[in-house]
This record gives sequence, C-alpha cells and structure tokens, in this order.
Amino acid sequence: MSIAAVRPDLPLANVNPVAKVAATVPLSIVLVLTLDAVSATVAILCEIVLFTAIGLGPLLWSPRTLPVWIAAPLTGISMVLYGAPSGAVLWEFGIVHVTEGSVQIGIATTARVIAIALPAVVLFLTIDPTDLADGLAQTLRLPARFVLGALAALRLVGSSIDDWRTLSLARRARGIADHGAVRRGLGQAFAMLVLAIRRGSTLATAMEARGFGAPGERTWARTAHFGRAEWVVVAVGCLVAAASATAAIATGSWNVIWS
Amino acid sequence: MPAQGGQRISFPVPLSSKRKGTTVHATTTSSDSTVRPDARRLRWRVVDIVVASVIGVAVGVVFWAWGVVWGPISAPIEAVLPGLQAAPAAVWLIAGVLGALVIRKPGAAIYTEIVAATVSALIGSQWGGLLTIEAGLVQGLGAELVFAIFLYRNWRLPVALLAGAGAGLAMAINDLVLWYAGAAPAFAIIYTVSAVVGGAVIAGGLSWLAVRGLARAGALDRFAAGRELRTV
Amino acid sequence: MPTRDASSPRPASVTARGWGWRHGGRREPAVRDLDLQIRPGERVLLLGASGSGKSTLLHGLAGVLGGDDDGEAIGELLVDGRPASLSRGRSGLVLQDPDAQVVMARLGDDVAFGLENLGVAREQIWPRVTRALDAVGLDLPLDHATAQLSGGQRQRLALAGVLAMRPGIILLDEPTANLDPDGVREVRDAVARVVDETGATLVVIEHRVSTWLPVVDRVVVLGAAGGLLADGRPRDVVASRSGELRAAGVWLPGEVPWRAPRPEAAAGHPLLTAAGLDVARIPGSPLLRGADLRVDAGSILAITGPNGVGKSTLALTIAGLLRAEGGRLEPSAALADGLRGAPWRWRSRDLLTRIGTVFQSPEHQFLTGSVRAELEVGPRALRLGAVERTARVDELLAALRLERLAEANPFTLSGGEKRRLSVAGAIATRPRMLVLDEPTFGQDASTWRELARLIVGLRDEGIGVVAVTHDDVFVDAVADRRLEIGARRVAPAEHGDRR
Repeated sequence: MSIAAVRPDLPLANVNPVAKVAATVPLSIVLVLTLDAVSATVAILCEIVLFTAIGLGPLLWSPRTLPVWIAAPLTGISMVLYGAPSGAVLWEFGIVHVTEGSVQIGIATTARVIAIALPAVVLFLTIDPTDLADGLAQTLRLPARFVLGALAALRLVGSSIDDWRTLSLARRARGIADHGAVRRGLGQAFAMLVLAIRRGSTLATAMEARGFGAPGERTWARTAHFGRAEWVVVAVGCLVAAASATAAIATGSWNVIWS
Repeated sequence: MPAQGGQRISFPVPLSSKRKGTTVHATTTSSDSTVRPDARRLRWRVVDIVVASVIGVAVGVVFWAWGVVWGPISAPIEAVLPGLQAAPAAVWLIAGVLGALVIRKPGAAIYTEIVAATVSALIGSQWGGLLTIEAGLVQGLGAELVFAIFLYRNWRLPVALLAGAGAGLAMAINDLVLWYAGAAPAFAIIYTVSAVVGGAVIAGGLSWLAVRGLARAGALDRFAAGRELRTV
Repeated sequence: MPTRDASSPRPASVTARGWGWRHGGRREPAVRDLDLQIRPGERVLLLGASGSGKSTLLHGLAGVLGGDDDGEAIGELLVDGRPASLSRGRSGLVLQDPDAQVVMARLGDDVAFGLENLGVAREQIWPRVTRALDAVGLDLPLDHATAQLSGGQRQRLALAGVLAMRPGIILLDEPTANLDPDGVREVRDAVARVVDETGATLVVIEHRVSTWLPVVDRVVVLGAAGGLLADGRPRDVVASRSGELRAAGVWLPGEVPWRAPRPEAAAGHPLLTAAGLDVARIPGSPLLRGADLRVDAGSILAITGPNGVGKSTLALTIAGLLRAEGGRLEPSAALADGLRGAPWRWRSRDLLTRIGTVFQSPEHQFLTGSVRAELEVGPRALRLGAVERTARVDELLAALRLERLAEANPFTLSGGEKRRLSVAGAIATRPRMLVLDEPTFGQDASTWRELARLIVGLRDEGIGVVAVTHDDVFVDAVADRRLEIGARRVAPAEHGDRR
C-alpha cells in the first residue's frame, strides 16, 4: 500500500489533483443520470484509449484496479436478481425475479460501475496526498487548518500498521490467539485506536508548537498551479462525458430511471 | 475572560501573594460546561482537528485491511443477498459517529467521515475517487443532522444510536440512487432497513462503546468526552 | 562567545512567578508555586521526579498547554516579559516520541511547515529550510521521505523544524529517551552545535544527566510537592544534591543504580537452541540470517547490536511468535514439556507456561480495563480455578507493588508501572523462559533498579531470560551472557563468565 508518496515519473503526477478530480465529475453526473449500457460502454472505451495513450496503461491493468473489475459484476448480479422486473420471467425464487429487464439492468449496472470507478481509481493513484492538500487549500481555498490536519494525520498510517502487527503478536504471546477471532479483532482495533489517538494528540502539540493554528496569515512553501495542463485535463473529462451522453441519446438508449 | 479568535489563555493574576490558596484563579473552571459561551464551546482547537483526522485515518486503514482480508470471501455472498449487505457495510459509518462523539463540535461527523473516505480513495477502493468522498459526505451528513437536532449537547447512547441510524439511512439513499438505480422496491426496502439497523448497532453502538473505552484508557484527557468519565 | 549569524534571533528570557497549572479533569495541579528566572542564553537541564511537572512547564513555555478547555493556570509564566502562551514562534519545542512529530511526507516540506505557519514569504522559506537542515547535519535531499528516517534522524528533523523558525529559546522534552546510543549522541551533538551557533536559550529535560552535562551550564531540579528542589551550576548540584536526585530517579553520571549478585548456581540446563536461524518480521523478507544462540535456565542472555539489525525480530522468533524463514529452533524437552516442533508451531495457550514475552511497548500487550483483570488473562486462558487465580494475582500485585492500582486502567499507569505490569502479566502463568524486548529502555534510575532486581529474581528462580537491549549498564550489571549482533549477520556468542 502506498499512501506516502506517488512516483513522480507517472503521467499526470504533476497535474494539480483538483483538476484530476474535477475531470471525473461531468462523466459521473452523466452516468448517474442514465442507466444504460451504451453510455457506459462508450465511456469505458474512451477511458481505456485515453489512459493507454498517455502512458497510464500499466496502472490501468495493474492489481490496483482489480477491486473495480470484481465489484462491478457483483453489483450487476445483485441487480439481475433484484432489479425492477420487466419482460419475460427467466427464473423466480422467493423475492428473486430474474427477468429480461433485470438482466439488462444488471449489464448496464456492471458497465456503469466500471465506467465511473475506473477513471477515479486510476487518477487517484497518481495523486500525491501533499499535492492534494495543496490543491484543496490553495486552489479550492478550503480551510487550511482542516486540510493540513488531515494531511498530518496521514503520517500515522505507517505507525498504525506497525502497531497492528505488533498487537497481533502480543495477543499470541498472551495466550488468547487460539479462538474468538472476531472479538480479538475488535479489541485489537480498539487498542490501535488508543495508540493512534495518543500519538495524534502529541502530533497536535508538536504542530501547535510550530505555530500551526495561530492567528495571522499563513504562507505556502509550495505553489498549487492551475494552468493550461489542468484546463486540458478538465476539458478532456467534459469531452468524454459529452461523447457518452451523445451516443446514448443518438441510439435511443438514454434512460433516466429514477426521474 | 476572552479566549476566542485564536487568542490563547492569558494570565491577569494579582502578584501580591504567591502562596497557595490565596491566588486568584485566572480562568473559569473548565468542567463547568454550561456557563461557557457557545462560540468557544463549538470552536475547533488544533487537537480537535488532528485527532478527528487521526480517527478518520485509522478507520480508513482498518477498512482497507478488512476489505483485503474479507472482501474476496464476502463479496460474492453479498452480491446475491436481497439488500442485507447494507448491514455489514455500516462499518463504514463508524468514523463519522465516533468522530462526533469524541470531538463534540459541529461538523465533526462530516469531517471525520470525509477524511476516512478520502484515505480509502487514496489507498484505492472499488468505487474510487470523488464518489467515495461524496459517499463519505452524505453518510457524515446523516449522522451530523442527528447531533445538530440535539444542538450538539447530547452525546448519550440513544443519540449515538440515532446518529448511526441517520448515517445508515443516508448511505442507503445514496447507494440506491447512484449504484442500485434499477432495484426493485423489495430490494430497496430491505436495503434501507438493513442500513438503518446496521448503522444504529454498528456505527452507533460500537462507537459509543469505543468512546467509553477510550476515555477510561486516558486517551481522551484533552476532550470533554474523556473528562466526563475520568477525573483523577 | 561564538560569533553569531546575523539572522540569529535574540535569546529569550524566562520568568515564572508563582506559576502553576492544573490539567482539565485532574484534581491536583501538575505544577504549583513555581518561581524561576532564566537569563537569555542560559542552558538549563531541568530535572525532577516523575510527576514533578517538568513536561508541563516546558509545554507552558512553548505556549501549547491550551486554553480554558484544557486546564487552569495560576500565576505568571513569561517569555521575554510576555505571557508564554502568546509567544509561539519565540520558542521551539521538540518532544520525546520521534514517530509523533513528523508533519509532512517530505523532509523539506516538514521543515518549512513552521515557517508557513509564521507567514514567512515563500522566497525566504527555502533558504532557511536548507540552512536549518545543514545546522542539524541532515544531509539528505529535500524530497527525501520522512517515513524512511531513523529515530535519531527524525529527532534532528524536528530540531531543524524548530530551528528554521529562529526561536529565542529551544525547549527539549526528553528528546533522546527513545533513541539508541548512536541516536542519542547524534541529537545531543546537533543541539550543542545549534545553541553554540545561535546563542539561543536552552531548556532540556532528560534523566540521563551525563548526556547533557557537557552542553548545559545550569541544573534546575523541580520538587515533587511544587517549587524548586535545587538550582545551580551542574557540578555543584550533582555533587551536593545527589541524595535527592537519586530519590527522584535521576541517573547520576557514572553511577550504576544496582548490580546483580552472581548467580547462586551455575547456569542450568539449556532450554532452547537456535542454529542458523533466519528471521523476518514480514514473511519473505528476512532481516537477519544465520543466528546461533542458546538460552539456559537460570541465566540472563543479553542480545545487543545496532538499530535495525533485527534483534527484536530474533527475540520474537525465539519466543514462538514469528515463524523463522530458515534454520532450526529446537526447544529442549524441559521447555517443550511434551510438545513437538519449533515454538512457533505451538498453540497460543501452550506458550503461556513455556515462553513469556514482554514487548518493548507495554501498551501493545494490554487487553483489559484494569490491572487485576490484566493479570488474570493468562491464568484464565490456562483455565486455572478461581482460588488459584486469585492467589497468583494477589501475590504478583504485592510483589510488584501494584496493589493500590489493582482497579486502575492499565493504559493510565505511569511508564514504570506499565512496564512492571507487562512483566507481571507475562510471569503470571509461570513460563520457563522469558523474552524481554528493551526492558529498561528510557526508564528513570529508580524504575531501572526495580526492573533489574525483578529480572534477576526470576533468573534465580531458574527462569531462562533473554533480553534485547541497547542499555550498556544493563548488559554490564545484570546480564550473564551477551550476544552481539553485527550489521546483517550474527557474531558468535560469548559463552564466558559474566563480564
């Protein structure tokens, strides 16, 4: 798991994260509005072509996107089984109604989840938390105390994972590791939380001692640019959204289901 | 005594006597929470921000680890459940309720839940990106509204359970609109009820228990939530 | 007087008049009735028993005790004549825990953090960052990951972060207590250089006096009941107040708190033998290869060596908690007591009567909400009857002076009490072998003495003790044998007489 820093040689690594997040917004809105396989499929194709073209292909096909490929069809299955029934009934069992309509919904749902999640996951993997914080505080002008507080808390991820490992060993040493995995896991999570909050309180003191949260204007050692590259990224996001919406409307499959 | 707007404590104390018992106490007694003006009661200190963030981060990490271990086993089972999968999904809602119960400031539930969501988005979750954070915002809002209805003055178990239920309801609405858009009414109802019950029990109940444990372990000595249970 | 950088700040003065502080939720004040003057440029070592409020004073000077929510102040505490709470930026504070002070992911960003908060213009920030890193001797790229720094490097980074802000007074709260001897020297030397160059006032808390004597020119001892116990030139205070300092747990230069008597009997039979053992914390990435060692009943084996060579991992492996990557680990029949195979194959419950483990940080071991319940965990897991259980627990509570804390929450104990409790928890099930990771690390001299006596007592009962340690005094005064581990490999054990 890499939460510390993103490899700076990745494509788009130097683009303001705010732009990368913003670029996914139009497509997400389009795909949330309509439930159809056409818009989602067009979007997926655009995503694959674009990511491959700019050199994010390896990331696209890496294990990091595996959860998307697993979760999407599983969500689709839920909808095949429990989607709104219509058309011919294929199978029935209790409240399960597999119909032609629900199979269509399942397929559309699968494509839709992939189309929304894939760019988000891939783009987030190119985002360095420090850059994200700079973007949120300088570009979007979110309150610096909160943004930086969250950023600082990320430093404790490493020590929390170490704690978790040691806590597991300590439970074996104390003779209680043979049974009751669930209860032990809860206790262990609690112990980790105690240690994390203690460390967090110390971190807060260390930050205050360095003037954090004091009155007065704060300056920034790093700049968060929002220039041409950022606008291009956002524009590409808009284009993909427009393409998938146009395709769905042109083929007559545009389908706003919860209007 | 003014102690707002970033001004820290000040020390206007008569120096005529230094002996114990005759000095004038410079500040009001901190345990007396009713007399303090609301503005100060509700203002976030640095330690509030950092500890809320730490709670969000810790919960985000636990869920990531939990997902790695149990996800592959549970996901196929959950896919065929008629909406009951919302109940275990309520573990996602712990961050917001726990954050609010510890910090006791407006926005704590929303902020903590958003931090947890952002962390899991950065590590890599199946939904990913902005919609993970959007889900965190909506779920946090569900809990936040309940605490706001009680004017950020009641932090007892019933309110914690309600806040968990509120977060569960918000999660269900969000998921049914965004991800299960084509669901049949039966699925939607089961999903919503599971989310509300799961939210109340897991996010509300477990968080409330965790806060008591944290307070007794002395981890919350800098918070009113900790001092209420532990004066030494 | 060394020449000063033109950009150096004016050294700050400190005045406390009848100052006191009570933390919110506490009945008793942490500090009371304090009167103290520190002149600009003085270098003060602050001593006192645990609970005398040294840290509270330092936090007060740094202006981080908080507002009305956090506690209650009495009297005056001034830095340069202004309330200390308003003088953030004039003072710089470094804390004890190296893991809890890093704010940013990259080295340069972390040093810049304080400057940003003070509103320093960007074009001035980076030159000041570079200069501060130079001053503490951290010769690494600005984008170096802070997660990869050693403990000593992290403390120097914290010092650089403080230094860049050009404080008039530098406040150090046990900055070296969590470091190995190399780290201690690194940080101490960096501090000495920095105060020489800037002329800043220095206040440092540390119970290992000898580390800081070369740097400071004044020693102040806080009394446990408030006020000052002693104040003066270092040599004078140490010489004239040695009794009080000893009672306060201060490590006096060149003094060993306690020496173990020779073992009454020669070392007993072997309990566990390791041959060519490869150990790994995370499966697949061995830290240390080819370790050979033998643990004997009734003998204390100290495992020493530099940080990061895998000493703790070796200890956890021979304790049966981690699976070895290679080599053999063979328990004797006396230790195995009917079980087969290496200890890591045994069930968790079976370890209880065979090998006890005391972790470096006691908190990792705590499972319950009270000291008594904590001691009952092992006996319960062994399914001992209630009578036997209570008898054992009462005996341990008395032997380790934890009786009055029986109902206290383990997490809320003092450092020394936590350490005693974690040892007590491990020996409640009467294991034949005990593995301790840094048992005396960072302890004051009183706790050290108590732990040393306890460990030697266990040895004399015939328990085989293994202690991973950085503590030379422990190795010298307590251990019977020593196994020195070099970088990436294991040196042959000295199976000689005690040194």
